[in-house]
Amino acid sequence: MAFSAFASAPAAAEPAVRRRSWIALVLLLPGILYLLLFFITPLISLVFTSFQQPVINGDIGQYSAGFQWSNYTDSVVQYLPLILRAFGYALLATLLALVISYPLAYFIGVKVRGFPLVQSLLLTLVIAPFFISFLLRTLAWKQIMSDEGPIVVGLKALSIFPSDGHITGTPFAVIFGLTYNFIPFMTLPLYATLERLDVRYIEAGNDLYASPFTTFRKITVPLSLPGIVSGTLLTFIPAAGDYINASGDFLGSAQTSMVGNAIESNFLVTQNYPVAAALSIVLMAVILIIVGFYVRRAGTEDLI
Amino acid sequence: MSAESVSGGPSWTKPRARGVAGADSGAPRIWSLSADAAAGASTLAKATATPGGSARELEAPVGGAGAPGRRRGIRFRGLGLPVYTALALLFLLIPIAYTFVFSFNNSGKLNIAWQGFTLDKWTNVCAAQGVCEAFANSILVGVVATVLATALGTAIAIALVRYRFRARSAISLLLFLPMATPEVVLGAGLAAQFLSLGVNKGLVTIIIAHTMFCISFVVVTVKARVASLDPALEEAGRDLYGSAVAVFWRITFPLLLPGIAAAALLSFALSFDDFIITNFNSGAVDTFPKFIYIAAARGIPAEANVVASAVFILAIVIVVVAQVTRAARAARLARLRG
Amino acid sequence: MAAGTFAEKGADLELVGITKTFPGFTAIRSLDLFIPAGSFFALLGPSGCGKTTTLRLVAGLEEPTAGRIVIGGKDVTSTKPFQRPVNTVFQSYALFPHMSVLENVAFGLRRRGIASPLEKAHEALRLVELDHLAARRPAQLSGGQQQRVALARAVVNRPALLLLDEPLGALDLKLRRQMQLELKDIQTEVGLTFLHVTHDQEEAMTMADTIAVMNRGEIEQMGAPEELYELPRTAFVANFLGQSNLFTGEVVSSTPNALTVAIAGQQLVIPSARAPRRSGTVTVGVRPEKLLLLTAPPAAPSSGVNVLGPGRVIDVSFSGVSTQYTIAVPGIGDVIVFAQNMVFGPVVHVGAEVWVSWNVEHGFGLEDSPAEAAAGVADAASAAGADGDVATSALTTVKA
Repeated sequence: MAFSAFASAPAAAEPAVRRRSWIALVLLLPGILYLLLFFITPLISLVFTSFQQPVINGDIGQYSAGFQWSNYTDSVVQYLPLILRAFGYALLATLLALVISYPLAYFIGVKVRGFPLVQSLLLTLVIAPFFISFLLRTLAWKQIMSDEGPIVVGLKALSIFPSDGHITGTPFAVIFGLTYNFIPFMTLPLYATLERLDVRYIEAGNDLYASPFTTFRKITVPLSLPGIVSGTLLTFIPAAGDYINASGDFLGSAQTSMVGNAIESNFLVTQNYPVAAALSIVLMAVILIIVGFYVRRAGTEDLI
Repeated sequence: MSAESVSGGPSWTKPRARGVAGADSGAPRIWSLSADAAAGASTLAKATATPGGSARELEAPVGGAGAPGRRRGIRFRGLGLPVYTALALLFLLIPIAYTFVFSFNNSGKLNIAWQGFTLDKWTNVCAAQGVCEAFANSILVGVVATVLATALGTAIAIALVRYRFRARSAISLLLFLPMATPEVVLGAGLAAQFLSLGVNKGLVTIIIAHTMFCISFVVVTVKARVASLDPALEEAGRDLYGSAVAVFWRITFPLLLPGIAAAALLSFALSFDDFIITNFNSGAVDTFPKFIYIAAARGIPAEANVVASAVFILAIVIVVVAQVTRAARAARLARLRG
Repeated sequence: MAAGTFAEKGADLELVGITKTFPGFTAIRSLDLFIPAGSFFALLGPSGCGKTTTLRLVAGLEEPTAGRIVIGGKDVTSTKPFQRPVNTVFQSYALFPHMSVLENVAFGLRRRGIASPLEKAHEALRLVELDHLAARRPAQLSGGQQQRVALARAVVNRPALLLLDEPLGALDLKLRRQMQLELKDIQTEVGLTFLHVTHDQEEAMTMADTIAVMNRGEIEQMGAPEELYELPRTAFVANFLGQSNLFTGEVVSSTPNALTVAIAGQQLVIPSARAPRRSGTVTVGVRPEKLLLLTAPPAAPSSGVNVLGPGRVIDVSFSGVSTQYTIAVPGIGDVIVFAQNMVFGPVVHVGAEVWVSWNVEHGFGLEDSPAEAAAGVADAASAAGADGDVATSALTTVKA
């Protein structure tokens, strides 16, 4: 999978072999230890937690070490709709974000190349949502789409919307929210590759009798594939684990709960740690499998 | 690789791959995956803090030549695309505008329906209980986590680019995984560990969590900068009688500074806006996003909109000023070179 | 070197048995080299031949696997770059982009704690006629100006030995010519020892007193530019430094004065003094501009002239000052002739039957043959993991 990520760039840039590897060790050690301590060990304790069993006659939230495989089977059976919903919503939101973002990134990265200031100002607008709280943005949409909000009221006035209809609390609203929130994550990597796209390839395509659409399909899209791959991953991974948009306090309802909501409520509300841990492991495993498969299919087999 | 290319290669005639992410074109494609992500994510930071010229200026100084063909945009059938872009950007800005407008709402506890215009919420931000405390916590966590993550990540980035060692691919995996792990898993994992160790959750555990997920982003951002740094510059420093320490502080560090600054800004932004991981590891402490989450159930006070709008305006002003300054400098440079 | 002092004058450089291996290949094998103080010495070779590695070893940027480096009689093999009385003009110039031109030039002086560094920096900038740009950043200079700043930054330290790593490679042709002359002037003026690494034979011949041609980590031949050009000892040198027509055949007679070699039924004579091999299979060479084109066979074969032919003109290419004719001679192969354009246009056309002749004294014999040289290069290429650069140089050699 994507780990030669870090290793590859310098190797190609300069083969300078340095001898004083103790300096490398001093530079690496603190950060690596930190990640081992606060990233790897937590994942391991998550695995242990996922097999714990309740302490008999103990308080709520008291568990002891064990090998309770049923934590997995039970929680998957119980939360299967939420797991499927999470991946379904994330997939739809990723596709929508891609469709919305690609022309945007293309315009900024290719069309306005001659005007660096315009380019950077447009890019600032794309990332502007980052500068304001993710939660507030989502709440703003909730209120705009609420039953008293302008959209529902307007639609009802025009009688294109049933008088008892809602937008918030529906899958539509959740997918809408996910799409909206991750558009910048999709646009930026797309922009980063499209900005480096040499337009002479497109000109060559047109020169060689390809129609604009064929040129786009056969030249532009393949050349921007790295951006598409990283954009979709940057959208899909957090979207699948998200629990804000689907939460009843935001755009969702009990009928739109995703696996993230189940993890959150089991861990923080009902203190059912083993179930939350098991769901986390399942979520992570499925994401890693999907990501690995996807990266392979996207033509990067040589990277594992 | 031939020994000849050790010396840094004929870098001045060939304009190199441009941009933060474009340090190398020959590397496996997956690199560009994470590099693009970083380029994207750090764009907000890239715009600011570029003392000593941007990477672009350093790399293609002769004759002002960018990559050929980049000056001309290609035609894309009339006005469709500009109009679409305008609409898409408008769409992105709607909730921001909503938040900003409702910061002037003369509302009570609930800030849902428009009750009339007031400046009171701006002049008395701290009137709403908990807003300012949460904001201060967010700033504190952001600053400390940024300093830690930037220091740890920069050191790793330098080591990864400049040294060969055996555990390389394992370390790369270790750095990649946190970026590929959903936040809810990161948060639950740390919380499970704190739980089993009996650690009381609070500011310290939030800082620990934020530092953890920022490190990878720092590494990716700084690494691109290190990779674009011509090793001949450091060699020239050594050749001109600079000791190892002098070369680092007078040459390496100042040249990496834009990348380090970008990484720090990115870390701060990530930390400041993080909710999911914080929620699992904060105990009774509220950060600004957590305050909003809790308040969402019963209604957000307009003061929260004030804080968010103020932060937004500040960030946008900084970025736009930096961009305009940079454009002006580039124009001046172009004039000087003729 | 001691802080606060300058080298009085250039110093000798001596490399003794230098070997440098990188994981997977050997960049330099057991190299011995002596460069006298005050000379302008060029290391010439294709990329991948080890010349830049040699330079970096002298600068202290690499450590030799074996051997000693002696500068001005002092063994510096185990000293760090900043302790050596050596400065480098880097290929990419490596000007510090975050410092002004003046601060770039003063950098080395400041590190060594030399008094009034800024004054001396201004002085060095005046030498390269750039003092008026002292306050600018390097990015605000043109390529040629940057090159001169890099030179000033190195020269201002008065190193005993100045290393130049393809410093003109990035400049366009006209500017390069101009800078070649300027460099030579500056060298004469400051009287330092210059060690110049380049793959550009013309650059090396214009500037250097002595050239060493490097190939596959070894020095193939060393000498004054004219000497190397007129009497190359190996097929590699004969073709890397200009072009050569090479013919391989058996020696049929050998006198103290002359060597006769039979090539595809025709006999060629070279002076014995210009032939390192005197028996068996010998490769004979002659430069294309030394050849005369004849449209009829010479009446009587006079002694002192070699004749080949008849052959057929298969290509004529006009290049302004001269015209290059390619002539296919049966049994021998293609012969290249450069003829000055004394009249308007080519003198013969494709398809014409011609003979070529040259003065016996202009021929030379080689120590090796093109086939041996190519085989050696092929070995080196496969040893180096089919490195692209080496492969290219193999091609140029095989082409002969």
